[in-house]
Amino acid sequence: MATPKRSKGARPRRQSLLARWRGWQHHHGQSAAESLAKVLGQPLGSLLTWLVMGIALALPTGLWLMLDNLAAVSRNLDSPAQLTVFLDAAMDAGGATELARSVGGRDDVFSSQFLDRDQALASFVADAAMADLAAGLDENPLPHQLIVTPRSEDPEAVARLSAELAALAEVESVLVDTAWLQRLERLMRLGRRAVQILGALLLLAVVLVLGNTIRLAIEGRRDEIVIIKLVGGTDAFVRRPLLYTGLWFGLGGGIVAALLVTAGTLLLSPLVRDLAATYGSNFTLRGLGVIDSLQLVLLGAVLGLAGAWLAVARHLRAIEPR
Amino acid sequence: MIQFERVSKRYDNSHDALKEVSFDIAPEELVFLTGHSGAGKSTLLRLIMLMERPSRGRVVVNGQDLASCGRRAIPRHRQSIGVVFQNHKLLMGRSVYDNVALPLQIAGFEHRDIDRRVSAALDKVGLLHREQAMPMSLSGGEQQRVGIARAVVRRPSILLADEPTGNLDPELSAEIMKLFVDFSRVGVTVLIASHDLALISRLRHRILTLRDGRLVAPGTARGNA
Ligand SMILES: Nc1ncnc2c1ncn2[C@@H]1O[C@H](COP(=O)(O)OP(=O)(O)O)[C@@H](O)[C@H]1O
Ligand SMILES: [Mg+2]
Repeated sequence: MATPKRSKGARPRRQSLLARWRGWQHHHGQSAAESLAKVLGQPLGSLLTWLVMGIALALPTGLWLMLDNLAAVSRNLDSPAQLTVFLDAAMDAGGATELARSVGGRDDVFSSQFLDRDQALASFVADAAMADLAAGLDENPLPHQLIVTPRSEDPEAVARLSAELAALAEVESVLVDTAWLQRLERLMRLGRRAVQILGALLLLAVVLVLGNTIRLAIEGRRDEIVIIKLVGGTDAFVRRPLLYTGLWFGLGGGIVAALLVTAGTLLLSPLVRDLAATYGSNFTLRGLGVIDSLQLVLLGAVLGLAGAWLAVARHLRAIEPR
Repeated sequence: MIQFERVSKRYDNSHDALKEVSFDIAPEELVFLTGHSGAGKSTLLRLIMLMERPSRGRVVVNGQDLASCGRRAIPRHRQSIGVVFQNHKLLMGRSVYDNVALPLQIAGFEHRDIDRRVSAALDKVGLLHREQAMPMSLSGGEQQRVGIARAVVRRPSILLADEPTGNLDPELSAEIMKLFVDFSRVGVTVLIASHDLALISRLRHRILTLRDGRLVAPGTARGNA
């Protein structure tokens, strides 16, 4: 007894694309609203998740902000680099003064000061440790010098200036005193890298915490998921409310992080202003801007989604109707 | 519509739950599946809705060999079948309306269509007035009828039921069975597993009997409606 094959005709009528699109939109809206209601329905648990996420996000953000401010401070420091230009021994004081003026006229030079060789020896000898050494000298071994302050603190610009000065006929050699600047620069780079590593670890922690929260949510809805799968729910359909749950936790975490960082800046800012005032600076602490805050919230949302996705990918497949 | 060709099913390292089962259910036919507890009725239904895969043999539903239906195709396959479960399997945290609307939502129906169809399905099982009730507040019979409304709301071509009258009194059971008969009259292929022989033999439809996983009566032995 052969069954007449009514393969497609007997199936439920397929929906038009537009209708399916509207239905899909509606389910998105509904999933979003229902998962938000669930998240808000357990305020204590949700608040804890938000705080954990917020703190984990606020920590690297705050440190990064601090480094940013430090960089701004170091840019504000006066004459960070100085060039000591040793002139040819044959050069007399008149010529040296002349040269100091012409070097001072350069675009890339902020100031150029003539330092007489006797003066230079005197300040050299003023350093107690050097006094004995100098006493053994018959005559002043130092040439006349120029103390040149470059206009730019950019190490490359300073190096270029130094090379150009060294190339002058009247110049014997140039000594660049930027070691401490480079050291600061390296220290800042180290700090940034450390914050990056810390940040990466904390982001990972955020994703894992979120993943675990969503895993619990999946466990709590096991019966529901089984039933939905039994009546033909696709993976995407089952996933949707869970991903929205992750999104809400992530968004909340991002908002908490932005609030924490802003609160921290507000707390520190009067102290920084007082400190800066003692240096005669009007430096103010730079906080999170609106764009930065939005980015932080967005980052939280993305991490929330990522955590939810991770949990869903790992645990949803294991729930099959039995 | 539903064909079994020498189907055997063995659960992990236990005996065969089904042995060499072959039968053929024509479109729009209503067939009862009976047998003692543990005979393999549920297993047979689970093979049709792809909750299990056969160990041997071929299951063909609606012209499709289910062996060719991969994991990702299962949802679509289940959407084309209405199933009534013995223990209802309702979403307890949701209203009657939401429960019945679920298959339509999954299929991506529009809001308006969902409304119309849910009302029609609930009307059919006589529960239109309980739309907003929670399943917990309903009697067993009412819950079962919600399950039936959910199973038919998408107007599937195949309707399966596993002990739909399992723990209902005879009067309610007869009422529920009458609903299934009605569906088969409007073009749905219906397969009902039940051990209530007294009830189903009164209804004069084909009966498949399982004993220890084997089909006893030849598929066409009993009277046809
Ligand atoms: N998931 C399972 N794992 C192992 N054995 C099972 C499973 N489901 C059913 N069985 C066994 O298969 C046989 C048939 O069970 P079932 O199909 O539920 O029978 P019925 O529905 O007729 O009572 C029984 O012996 C049962 O113990
Ligand atoms: Mg059973």
